[in-house]
Amino acid sequence: MGSGTREKFDNPVVDWVDERLPIFTLMQREYGVFPTPKNFNYFWNFGAILMFMLVVMIVTGLFLAMHYTANTELAFDAVERIMRDVNGGWLMRYIHMNGASFFFIAVYLHIFRGMYYGSYKAPREILWILGVVIFLLMMGTAFIGYVLPWGQMSLWGATVITNLFSAIPVVGEYIVTLLWGGFSVDNPTLTRFFALHFLLPFVIFAVVFLHVWALHVTGSNNPLGIDTKGPQDTLPFHPYYTMKDTFGLIVFLIAYAAVIFFFPNSLGHPDNYIPADPLVTPAHIVPEWYFLPFYAMLRAITFDIGVPFTDIVIISAKLGGVIVMFSSILIWVVLPWLDSHPIRSAKYRPIFQKLILILLVDFIFLGYLGAEAADAKYFGIPVNYFGLAATAYYFLFFLVFLPVLSKLEKGREMPPSINEAVTSKGH
Amino acid sequence: MKRTLLTALAVLAVVPFQSAQAAGDSVTPPHKYWGFHGYDGTYDKAALQRGLKVYREVCSACHSLKRIAFRNLADLGYNEDQIKAIASEYTIQDGPDEEGEMYDRPGIPSDYFPSPFPNKQAAAAVHGVMPPDLSLITKARKYGADYVHAILTGYEAAPEGKKLQPSQHWNKYMPGHVIAMAAPLSDELIEYEDGTPMTVDQYARDVAEFLTWAAEPEMEDRKRIGLNVLLFLTIFAFVMYGVKRKIWADVH
Repeated sequence: MGSGTREKFDNPVVDWVDERLPIFTLMQREYGVFPTPKNFNYFWNFGAILMFMLVVMIVTGLFLAMHYTANTELAFDAVERIMRDVNGGWLMRYIHMNGASFFFIAVYLHIFRGMYYGSYKAPREILWILGVVIFLLMMGTAFIGYVLPWGQMSLWGATVITNLFSAIPVVGEYIVTLLWGGFSVDNPTLTRFFALHFLLPFVIFAVVFLHVWALHVTGSNNPLGIDTKGPQDTLPFHPYYTMKDTFGLIVFLIAYAAVIFFFPNSLGHPDNYIPADPLVTPAHIVPEWYFLPFYAMLRAITFDIGVPFTDIVIISAKLGGVIVMFSSILIWVVLPWLDSHPIRSAKYRPIFQKLILILLVDFIFLGYLGAEAADAKYFGIPVNYFGLAATAYYFLFFLVFLPVLSKLEKGREMPPSINEAVTSKGH
Repeated sequence: MKRTLLTALAVLAVVPFQSAQAAGDSVTPPHKYWGFHGYDGTYDKAALQRGLKVYREVCSACHSLKRIAFRNLADLGYNEDQIKAIASEYTIQDGPDEEGEMYDRPGIPSDYFPSPFPNKQAAAAVHGVMPPDLSLITKARKYGADYVHAILTGYEAAPEGKKLQPSQHWNKYMPGHVIAMAAPLSDELIEYEDGTPMTVDQYARDVAEFLTWAAEPEMEDRKRIGLNVLLFLTIFAFVMYGVKRKIWADVH
């Protein structure tokens, strides 16, 4: 970063600093003149949006933490004091609470963009894997954050999800006890979750730094999925993409603000406005909406896997569900090797394009299933069967379709360069 | 006197019940028109004041409203003297004093509405379970104000063949239909001085609006600020779109 020749800055103060710590040179190189493919569509906006959201969450979270009390007797009341008595407290909380949802909306679009345009392929495998790590950290942070208000869903959601770890053979019970700090979700759980909820965003920040670093080594992918071949294919990041990203961010903020100010509780569950009560179980325990597709996969596995014709169970239904749920995300880590097709963008892969759009629908459908009561039925068929079918498609896509297509799929004809593709469109 | 009587009546009427949360069999409450709905909706102060009256004379016999302080009643249009007067009608336990004794004193604006029971156990001893605190009830139930209104007006005779315990009541809109709370309202129960009809439906509407305010006292501010934020962002978006177009003009 610090090597190479340095260009002088006109401003003497800036130049004096830059000579000693070349931070201005760095910014100029990485965000000023950084060569960026000229053909981004608006799906390439979400990186900047996510960066913005991370800062929003850390800043609002800091102010909330100043007024929050991590104690089971006081937490719910502390949140209500923030809502009622702290100056601007309701605004901070609604920004933070809905910020989690909009953070996930942006990250899902960002991940899907990466999959659709093949951004995970060489040479961007590490960039992609760092992204999966960030997503896992985000899920952990969001989950423990939802516990902090100590409402009914906080307590019971935490109980259900932490209990999942008990399915792990041998060490499962130990892990659960460690998570709880005792023998049920209680005060020690709340205090350690608060500490972790404060820590994890900074861990995310560090991995984001690595993610952006890796991005700036390989350069961005683009909707055509072909490499840039020279200056005619790129534009300097500033002002072209700084301005385009700002416009996209403002549009995103309009939707975000509409929810914060006019439907602040529409994405949450009413039960979380009931103080947590270990003696009363809610009728339906539902996680936050952004976990629902994975929750549906967890619930889809309702059968034990064992040795046929005996009572020996190798993988219980519970463990099976947990394995399926975690592998549904971990499978993304090996995505660059499951899909070794030379063409990146779905635009030039007709079969892949259809299958990944079906995967998108499948994933959204899983989200709907995750919100249903466990005993619900569609057309007289238990939802569970639909969940199983949708889960099957999800894994078929990654484990069967992608490797097969890598060998067999004939791509469409690709343009020779970004510049020619853009100019031939008549722009 | 009247309040003591109502308290006694309500306490007698409401006794143990099993799981009110029992799943299934719920009926969607009818959607009512509320002045506070919509992007520029505001609370009707007269309705809030009537709703407060309903809460104080009926609901407060069993239900606490512990997150609301008397000073918050300024939102309902009361001035400082009126709030002091309302607060002073309540007896608040304070202390310990210099001798280490707890003592009673009249309420002041910074006090919170006292709860009808000193603790959960005392409430449960009378009612079987503690009647829920009402400060957040419209946020803690799906359909909010519509739900509160529907419960208060949804009492009917149990259908043929349904056996109810003496302490149970049939309510069309209660999930599972069985509710421990006896119908708390009846026509002409609470005296309105402003000529508003003294009907169960009107009482239910007023108290539902009051409880919505109790759950979301920031709503009017929130929507007002929200409109400004959206206006600003929309203009900013147009400006940025223009900037982006201008900068990109030489690329296309």
